[in-house]
Amino acid sequence: MSMPESNSENHERQITFAQAVNEAISEELRRDPKVFVIGEDIAEAGTTFKVLSGLVEEFGTERIIDSPISEAGITGIGVGAAMTGMRPIVDIMFGDFLTLTMDQIANQAAKTHYMSGGTLQVPMVLRTTMGASRRSGAQHSQSLHAWACHVPGLKVAIPSTPYDAKGLLKTAVRDNNPVVTFEDKMSFTLKGHVPEEEYTIPFGVADVKREGSDITFVAISSMVQVALDAAEELSTMGIDAEVVDPRTLVPLDVDTMVESVKKTGRAVIIDEGYQGYGVTGELASVLAQEAFYYLDTPVTRLGAMDVPIPFSPPLEDLTIPNKELLVKTALRLCGKR
Amino acid sequence: MTKPKKKEEKNDAKSPSYARMYEQMWKIRAFEEQANNLYMSAKMPGLTHMYTGQEAVAVGICEALTDTDYITSTHRGHGHCIAKGAELDRMFAELLGKASGYCRGKGGSMHIADTERGNLGANAIVGGSMGIATGAAMSCKMQNNGDVAVCFFGDGALGQGLLYEVMNMAQLWKLPVIYVCEQNLYGEYTHYTEMMAGEILDRPRAFGVHAVEVDGQDVRQVYQAASELVERARQGHGPAFLQCNTYRYLGHHVGDIDRTFYRSKEEEQFWKTDRDPIKILGDWMVKQKHADATELDDVQKRVYDYIESAVNSALDEPFPAAEEVDQHVYA
Repeated sequence: MSMPESNSENHERQITFAQAVNEAISEELRRDPKVFVIGEDIAEAGTTFKVLSGLVEEFGTERIIDSPISEAGITGIGVGAAMTGMRPIVDIMFGDFLTLTMDQIANQAAKTHYMSGGTLQVPMVLRTTMGASRRSGAQHSQSLHAWACHVPGLKVAIPSTPYDAKGLLKTAVRDNNPVVTFEDKMSFTLKGHVPEEEYTIPFGVADVKREGSDITFVAISSMVQVALDAAEELSTMGIDAEVVDPRTLVPLDVDTMVESVKKTGRAVIIDEGYQGYGVTGELASVLAQEAFYYLDTPVTRLGAMDVPIPFSPPLEDLTIPNKELLVKTALRLCGKR
Repeated sequence: MTKPKKKEEKNDAKSPSYARMYEQMWKIRAFEEQANNLYMSAKMPGLTHMYTGQEAVAVGICEALTDTDYITSTHRGHGHCIAKGAELDRMFAELLGKASGYCRGKGGSMHIADTERGNLGANAIVGGSMGIATGAAMSCKMQNNGDVAVCFFGDGALGQGLLYEVMNMAQLWKLPVIYVCEQNLYGEYTHYTEMMAGEILDRPRAFGVHAVEVDGQDVRQVYQAASELVERARQGHGPAFLQCNTYRYLGHHVGDIDRTFYRSKEEEQFWKTDRDPIKILGDWMVKQKHADATELDDVQKRVYDYIESAVNSALDEPFPAAEEVDQHVYA
């Protein structure tokens, strides 16, 4: 069977999410000698997820620094190096280990610029991961991005595609503030179009991943793909869903979300972080306040179940929102149950 | 990482001056008296932690540093800030929450940073700046600028795990950082022996970090030790740990007036009369004929006049405008 000759999509370069991250960091290391990476097993091992493979060969151990297992220490070192002229990327293997860095992130990095009356800056990136479904148990599966969002002074980027991962990470490295980036571990093998040429993606600009007129799905990170899959299924049932990906949670592009909901009159927020006191709650309150008179149904939230992530696969799968749940929720909101 | 520049290549290194160290110690002593007055007369918002009694530590260390060397400081940080060369009117303004303060009044007593003189800020989390100082040292090494970083902390901070993470890395990577432990015997309201197992110097030595102990009331000893450790760090020989044995004359903070439940008045009096750092240096200077008693009195008087004008000018300064409240959250 022959392929169509002029399908432009076939000529677009497709790379994985992990390759996109690798390219972003490599390009920034080449561009700016002040950039360095520090983390556990990031050099010869290229991280547990092999995302940084090959970097140490090009940039050497002076800029790709393997550290002891000392998350608080390397984050503190990152803060100090950033305050004094460097642009560190601190690699925290699992998002769950963010807990170990919290004083350095929340009390030091986030507050330094403000407390110093604007005289000190912390241009540091803390790269970490999120996401369940790897059968890794309760301490390697959480999505704790809401924790970082809750501290003024931090920016939070949370890409869902290879294209966004590369563009947002390059922007993060160039930002003069501490930026925490969350990458979904299950998305590292996701393939997508990433152009050869240089680009960055500004913070605070949401991306409409799919246009629709009946219901808005505001989806974060791993849940963007879930939302797109649900939208496809709903389209066969006569429901046209729009998928909005905020891409950065701080700063947050309120306008794009609100405009979408004004158009559709219905919204579901879907996120892999815990539902209680989390990102879904914040975004739902923004929509309720800014688009109240356009809403036909209550803004609805789908977050991770508020339990420690269980190990046993059938249990773990129950804790994370999925396509079936989103389809069911959308049908109910659209009066079609 | 490339070998750092040698100290000789840095042309702004100060030569030690006993007269300057004497004056700097008086500045700290007088500053803290005024800060206490501001608290007692309800002119200062919040409260503050007095450095009185520990002056020789900050002054002896900073005498061995240049303006481009870094320090990180603590909640008890006025002494470090003054010793590194800060302007006192801007410090008072910060204590009072005024817009002309070092941090536009947004930091306060526990967060003064003076970037022009390498002071990366006081820190209100006990031990919170150990990573920052170590990172600054890594930065110095990566930029090959010959500078060093000094991390001040009290014996109370020895209970924080961060120190042991960063000392390990500093020694592994030979970073130019000097950890200065001000052993003033008390963490808040508790004697250190109730909170600390083993010996202080055994802790850095477990990582192979070069560790030294000095009499923290003798500024000449502190300076001598500091200059050796700073030079060693500049030469690329890595971190060091300096234990300075000292004493906090006053309470944990200005409101800690009745201290008899954790230490005796006799103990306090002993340090003030027999172990006072200003008196120890002054007596030595007279004995060595570096100065006579009248000259020393003049120094003290000049400092007190200066302090009074500094605090008065700060009191006259305006508070920050309301529009500033959400400025500087992001750069």
